[in-house]
Formats: sequence, structure tokens, C-alpha cells
Amino acid sequence: MACSAAGKIIHPPSINSARSAQKPHSSHKIISPSAFLGFTSQPDKLFPVSRTISSTGRRSATVMAVSSDVVKEKKLKNAPSSAPNLLITKEEGLELYEDMILGRAFEDMCAQMYYRGKMFGFVHLYNGQEAVSTGFIKLLKKEDCVVSTYRDHVHALSKGVSARAVMSELFGKTTGCCRGQGGSMHMFSKEHNMLGGFAFIGEGIPVATGAAFTSKYKREVLKEDCDEVTLAFFGDGTCNNGQFFECLNMATLWKLPIVFVVENNLWAIGMSHLRSTSDPQIWKKGPAFGMPGVHVDGMDVLKVREVAKEAIGRARRGEGPTLVECETYRFRGHSLADPDELRDPAEKAHYATRDPITALKKYMTENNLASESELKGIEKKIDEVVEDAVEFGDKSPVPARSQLLENVFADPRGFGIGPDGKYRCEDPKFTEGTAQV
Amino acid sequence: MATSIIQGMGLATGFSPANYRIAHPVSCRSLPGLYFLDFCLLLPLELQFAIIILFSKVALCSVHESNFSERRVSSFVIRSDGSLLSALNGGKNRRGELTTNAVGAKQEKEAPSTASSPGHEVLLFEALREGLEEEMDRDPNVCVMGEDVGHYGGSYKVTKGLATKYGDLRVLDTPIAENSFTGMAIGAAMTGLRPIVEGMNMGFLLLAFNQISNNCGMLHYTSGGQFKIPIVIRGPGGVGKQLGAEHSQRLESYFQSIPGIQMVACSTPYNAKGLMKAAIRSDNPVILFEHVLLYNLKERIPDEEYVLNLEEAEIVRKGEHATILTYSRMRYHVMQAAKTLVNKGYDPEVIDIRSLKPFDLHTIGNSVKKTHRVLIVEECMRTGGIGASLTASINENFHDYLDAPIVCLSSQDVPTPYAGVLEEWTVVQPAQIVAAFEQLCR
Repeated sequence: MACSAAGKIIHPPSINSARSAQKPHSSHKIISPSAFLGFTSQPDKLFPVSRTISSTGRRSATVMAVSSDVVKEKKLKNAPSSAPNLLITKEEGLELYEDMILGRAFEDMCAQMYYRGKMFGFVHLYNGQEAVSTGFIKLLKKEDCVVSTYRDHVHALSKGVSARAVMSELFGKTTGCCRGQGGSMHMFSKEHNMLGGFAFIGEGIPVATGAAFTSKYKREVLKEDCDEVTLAFFGDGTCNNGQFFECLNMATLWKLPIVFVVENNLWAIGMSHLRSTSDPQIWKKGPAFGMPGVHVDGMDVLKVREVAKEAIGRARRGEGPTLVECETYRFRGHSLADPDELRDPAEKAHYATRDPITALKKYMTENNLASESELKGIEKKIDEVVEDAVEFGDKSPVPARSQLLENVFADPRGFGIGPDGKYRCEDPKFTEGTAQV
Repeated sequence: MATSIIQGMGLATGFSPANYRIAHPVSCRSLPGLYFLDFCLLLPLELQFAIIILFSKVALCSVHESNFSERRVSSFVIRSDGSLLSALNGGKNRRGELTTNAVGAKQEKEAPSTASSPGHEVLLFEALREGLEEEMDRDPNVCVMGEDVGHYGGSYKVTKGLATKYGDLRVLDTPIAENSFTGMAIGAAMTGLRPIVEGMNMGFLLLAFNQISNNCGMLHYTSGGQFKIPIVIRGPGGVGKQLGAEHSQRLESYFQSIPGIQMVACSTPYNAKGLMKAAIRSDNPVILFEHVLLYNLKERIPDEEYVLNLEEAEIVRKGEHATILTYSRMRYHVMQAAKTLVNKGYDPEVIDIRSLKPFDLHTIGNSVKKTHRVLIVEECMRTGGIGASLTASINENFHDYLDAPIVCLSSQDVPTPYAGVLEEWTVVQPAQIVAAFEQLCR
């Protein structure tokens, strides 16, 4: 599972067109599908569900495969923690572990709170996919932007939004990151550059493209020293949506500093990815638009991290966008309202064995990066953080009536001029939230 | 007959008929003047004298005023059948100079003091470009995105020359993906830029409805006020000259319910430039509705910088009998009808509401309180249009002041037909306005 080589993204040689949009900057080789990430010599045994994917892939991918050559067989060594062929240092490992534990514990607590009636509506939990969020977002600076979908709690947490702010937001309290006005599907943070949180799938991708555009604009028009990168997270269902393709086109066209991260968990509520997509290999859609497409095992945080390093590095250097397909899985239903009866229990059991947290724990203990007790300590610490967040949320006040009209407009004169000649926002009832607007 | 009597009077006041005819500002130069004279004959003699003297005085000093030199154009009417200009080839004006000022328009406007500097004449699309350029000079974060705005200069030439001046990134030619590039503009607005999105035709923005409704309108609220979206979405809409159903849409009615956005409609070069600048400077998302047929209107606008108020309406003509509320192109149909009405002895008050969302209830309210009758003339569809909302709003707020039910003239609820005659019948024509007004004032 773990690997010891540095990642490299192989650029696609031109498959269908005479010219290749991206010129490789170092020597590259083409690898056959069998060395594909996550594919061992016996892919069928490990991937009962994705058998269809792999076999389709082999049949049609006589042309090329694009992938990172990160995966090598794990080398068992009792190496010291500073061994050069380990992918992470101890500090990095602990950071990754803590972030993933936070994501898992937080989401588990959300489920509890939901069933206790503390939060309502549509709540989409991220259990099982932590490797993607942690693997990517922990490489970002504070100024880099993240755009997500409705499954955004953990993206917000990884980006640095406090657990208290997120939990309060879920409780609908005024201390939430969006003052209780957004809810589960709209996690925003200006401070941490978390650009949401979108309820309709696909509508966040253009917003992410816009944030990347600003970065390029700052560099080229405003002549600022700006190398901010944007990450857009979305799922497999979104990859059939027009906005996805339109943005792939524009991002490559203008070489925007963006990474499109597909969290392919194989299911869009009850619609299997294989039933809805003509070519289920999403990474292949990148080269069709002239950007590299990479497929990575999204249940392994270290693999994701390696690919992310390369992709984010590309974007920072101004080389353009990358499409990264992370094969991952959600252990819970689509949302807390989803009974999750459609998915095969065998499939769920299979992916449960590939739990990213267990995998990282194993890697760190086996490579002597951390002891069991250290990791247990982190888990305990996170439990306290989450408990504290719940307490904070409980004790926070609900929004006052005055909050009703406040943030509709950035400039509240937008509510117009009332019959008395004054702006409606000047009406004292406006701040009370009872004005007629 | 009229002139002979006047001649007689002219003699009495020392004017010779010949002088009188040349100097009188209204008699020979426009039809309305003749009607006015007819009307004067009904007045008591003393009053007629006074009027003649007054006009004589005015005549003497009027020669130098640009107002009247413009009125030299004898066919005064801004016709509704698109003979103003050809919308299709981006605004080639075949009629030469045209004035936008109908009867009484000039003095009632928020006229800049023309005393300080003469101003300069522009066509409406040039006024928009001027406003845009001034704002782009003023703030480097202002940028334009849209189809063919860059190298092509904009389908209606509003962004002509800007790409050469500011570069391809600041005036961005986008692929044909309205939803995505509007979303991109929103993302850029959230992260510090001030983009202006041009819809080549407003109808195309139907494809961007997802982004406009969900993100443009709502993000400031759902983010708890953390992110503002200072975006301007503009483009030409309305019924043109046989452009067909899909290119003749009026999207203001579809967008009006979206919370969190403002909508304004420009109708003259003066307010086009002012509203463009105001929209760009506003921190709110603003949709600026232009009209395909109005791009070639010519007007003299001030040299000095000016910014109009997004939320205010414009009083086009003061009157006493009834209020006519209108916006965009219908303003010209109304003013044409107003001329006929004035000749018939009515005194309409015409207000160009300009701000479609929110309504300027102060200006509108004051007018209703004065005249007690309201006629709304719009190009929107009857069902769920701006007029429908305005009717509801006025009824709610000023019910006690109304002497008659509000009359709302809107376009027919039909897809705009291609055939010219059919197209004419879908849109409100001046004759209908006159008839409705007379009915209202009965």
C-alpha cells in the first residue's frame, strides 16, 4: 500500500490530435496500465467492483495510460524515521493523521447530532474519503483557495476553519462560519479562502476557475507576485455535467493555476458511476482538453499527497491545470437521509479494509514514525476538540431577527428607496429585521 | 388661418409677419408647434398676447441654443419599428442625427449644468464604452468578460478598442459557455476582481441562470457576508427588428425574483453612462439591461464625470393628469404618445423608472400622490412582468391615493414572431398608449 518513490505525472502524448497542448518539461515515459496505481498484478481480486473499469480500461487503453508512477511495492524496512526513502517525515505524518482523525471524528459526531435533532436538512458526510481532503489541502498555503461541493465539512476543516465554527454553522447558530445562514452545504471562510460549499453539483467548478483566473490576473495584469493555486473538489456524478467540461476547456485555454480533483466514490446518490457514464475513466477526459489526467488511489493519503504535490506544483509554476481522479469511497450513505440500500455490502466491506486512517496508522507504526500511544494521544485530543465544538455550538445563540436582512446585499442600498424617500436600510426596522423590503 | 391671425397680432406687437415667421421657434419648424398655436387660439386674448411675447423673447435668444438646432429635424418622432437604426450590423445609423428628446424632455431631466462646458455628443453604445473605459482606468481590478468583447470589439461595439488598450486578459474573449464564464466571473469577483460580464444577447443569459440565481444573488448571504460579488452583468435585450423569438426576450421578468441582485435599465446615452459607472462601482451584483434598438441614440452628455444613482427613477416629463411609468425602449413610445396627448390637451407625467429592482417608490409615490392615476407601459410580457410587480407594489403602498385602477400595458404573452406586422402587434404602440391614457383620465 505504501510507496517509496517520488511521484511524477506523465503527460499524455497526443492521442487524437496533431498537437499536444502541454509540452513536457522533463523526460517522460509511458507506462502500461498494469503499473497503474492501485492495480497490482491481480487487480481482479482486490477490485471486485471496478473489475469493469479495469477491464474496459485495458480493452480501450491499448493507446495510452496516464498515471503517476508512484506505486511501487512496499519495502519492509526497519528504517529510522529519517530514512530517505520514506514519503513523509514524522511531523508531516502526525499532521496528516491528525487531520484525517479530525475529519472522521467530526463527521461521526455530525451523524450523532443529526439523529439527536440538533441539525437538520441535508447533511452529507465524508467518512472514508479523508485521504483526498488531507492529501491535497495540507499542501496548500493559507492564500490558496478551495472550492467544494455539499460534502464540504472536511474540506473546510482541512483548510483551517475551526471545528467550532463548522459545528455551530451546522447547528444554525450565529457563531457559525457563515453566521448560520449557509448550513451544511455552504461552508465559506474568507480568512481561510474556503470558497464554498455549493448545493448544486457543478456550480462550484466555474467559481473555482474564477478564483484561479484572479490569481493569473494578479500576476499578469496587476503585476503582483502571486502564485496562488485553487483546488476544485467534486464527484463522479459532476463529471457528466456541462460545467465540468466547459471549465476544463477554459482552464487549459488560459493555463489557469487550478487542480480539478475528482472524488470518484462510484456513486451519485443511488446512481452508479458505471451506469451513468459512457467512459467511466474520468482521468482520460483531461487529455481530451489538453491537460494531464491522473488516476490515483484515493484511499491512500500518501499516494494522493504525492500526486497532489506534482499537480499543485505545476499550477504554481504556471504550467496550467491538472485533472486528478481519486478513486475513493464513502462509508456512509449519500446523506444522512439516505438509507444506502443499493450498494453491495461486499463492496462496502472491501473498501472498509482500505480505510485510509488505518492505512496511514499502519504505515507510520511499521516505519517507526510514531508509536501507537502517540497516535492514540492524537485521537484523544481530537475527541476533545470535537466535544468542545459541540459544546460551543450548543451554547451559542441562535441568530437574532436583526440578522434576517443584513447580508442580502453587500451594499444594503440595494433594497431601494422607500415611499418616504429614505433608503429602506435606513429604516430602524431594517436592523431589527422587520422592515418591509 | 392660424398664421393670419397671428400675423395680425404680430403687427400689434411690432413684429412683421416675415420676421415672425423666421424667428418664431416653433411655428415653422415642427408640427407640435402648429398644434400649440391652434391651442393658443382658444385662450383669452390677453393670454395669447402674453404667449406671443414670451415666445418672441425666447425666439430671439433661442437661435444659439443647441436644443432648438436639434429640433430642426422635422420628423421628430422616435419610431418604434426600428427605423432608428439597424441593430444587426452593430449600429450603423442610416438616418443621420436623431434626437432623443421628445417634448419637454430636456428640462425635466437631471440635466447637468450645460453652462460650464458644452459637453460632447455620443451615441448610446459610445456612452456605455466611455463609462466602461473611465472605470477601467480608475480601478485596475475592473475587467470585462464575454463572447467577442475583445478582438471583435463587442457585437454592439460597446467594448471596441478596449482590448487593444487593456490587453487580452482584462478584456477577455470567452468561449461560448455562458453558465461557466458567468460562474468564473463570480469566482473572480469573490477573490477581488470587479468583472463585467457581457451577454451577447440578454437571452443567452438564460444559460447562466444557475450561476446568476444561485451564486450571484445568494453567495453574499450564504457566506454570512464574507464574500461580496461586485459583478455587472449587461447586455442587449428587448424586441428588436424582426430578430425572431429567441433573440427578442425580456429577461428582467425572469430575474426579478432573485434575491440579492439589483436590476437597472438604461434608455438614454446620459443615463447609460451614469448607470454603467454606478453599476461598476456598486458592491452588489447588478444586471444592466440595454436595448438592441437604442444603441444608436445620440445625445449630448457632459464632459465632466458623473455617476447616477442606481436606485432612483428619472422624471422625464412633469405633468398633472396621470403618471406614466415606463423603462427602456418604451420610454420613446410613451414620449411619442405624450406628444399626441399634449396636443389633445392632456398633461401626462412620464417617469422612466430605470431601477427595475428595487423600485424607486419615493419618486413613483410622489407622482401618484399628485396625479392619482397610473399607467404602466412596458415591453415585458404581461404575465409576471415588471409591470405586474409594479402594479402590486403601487397598490400596496399608495392605494389610498389612486382614483382609478392601475392600467398596465405590456407585450402580448406570445413568442415574438418574425413577421414585421405581427411583431409590431406584440409590442405596445403609441396609439395604444394614447387610447389607454384617455380611458384612464375619463
